[in-house]
Amino acid sequence: MAGNALVWVLWILAAFACLGSGIAVVSFGNPFYSALSLIGNLGSLAVLYLLASAEFLAAAQVLVYAGAVMVMFLFVIGYLGGRADVPFAGGPSWVSIAAVVAAAAILVEIVVVIGLKAGDALAAPAEIEAAFGSPAEIGRYFLTDHLLAFEITSIVLLVAAIGGVILGTRTRAEEELDEAGAPQTLDGWSPDARA
Amino acid sequence: MLGPDPSWYLVVSGILFSIGAFGVMLRRSPLIVLLSIEIMLNAANLALIAFARVHGGHDGQIFALCVMAVAAAEAVVGLGIIVAMSRRKLALDVDELRVLHG
Repeated sequence: MAGNALVWVLWILAAFACLGSGIAVVSFGNPFYSALSLIGNLGSLAVLYLLASAEFLAAAQVLVYAGAVMVMFLFVIGYLGGRADVPFAGGPSWVSIAAVVAAAAILVEIVVVIGLKAGDALAAPAEIEAAFGSPAEIGRYFLTDHLLAFEITSIVLLVAAIGGVILGTRTRAEEELDEAGAPQTLDGWSPDARA
Repeated sequence: MLGPDPSWYLVVSGILFSIGAFGVMLRRSPLIVLLSIEIMLNAANLALIAFARVHGGHDGQIFALCVMAVAAAEAVVGLGIIVAMSRRKLALDVDELRVLHG
């Protein structure tokens, strides 16, 4: 079947793009390049969502994540300046070896648990109608069965917005720091400096 | 279902999650640690969507949307902390932040 082959090809392309750009995010030294790779990662994940019949989520992924959130990341990275922090500099250290071992252990655990607990159900996915995952269906569920989750999400976003404003406001300690002009070290930092 | 089984989506999701966990453990720049956390959240989203497809219900997709909103909130607060750190002229290195170390 030609349609099925096309879906397979698209899926394999998206999956490899997704994994490759994920590896690029953690291995680039410059945070700016990492953020650009993460945009590619989110875009290829949106293709995977679309192939799993989550149409509204694919659109939200591109608009909210690859659009708004990543623009915010790029603004902050541009504001701070891209400081290079090269991974694996000076050969493998014990930290990098331990990180590889721990990440591999997490992967093995995920595969074993999902294989043991969900292996049979995964082979036979349920039949779905054409409207599955469409904006109309998601909206209907959000305003009926999952109304509480919807409202709590709006409160979470409000709290995060207030937190962003509070973190972004200059404190008196920082203004004194600017007048003194001396770089602050963590050892010299004390909670009293805020008063 | 056209294309691969949901189990292949879960394989991609698991690998992506361990890549993100590896980045969180290895990298010292707080910006890249935040980006790795975003990778882990998206891996969880992919698993939720694959399971929603297996069961033919919408609950997984609704949950994935809520995760997306929480991830946006997390990015706002995390980036706010990083900007506040740089305004206090602290080193942008998570290994140097040991005030709570005791």
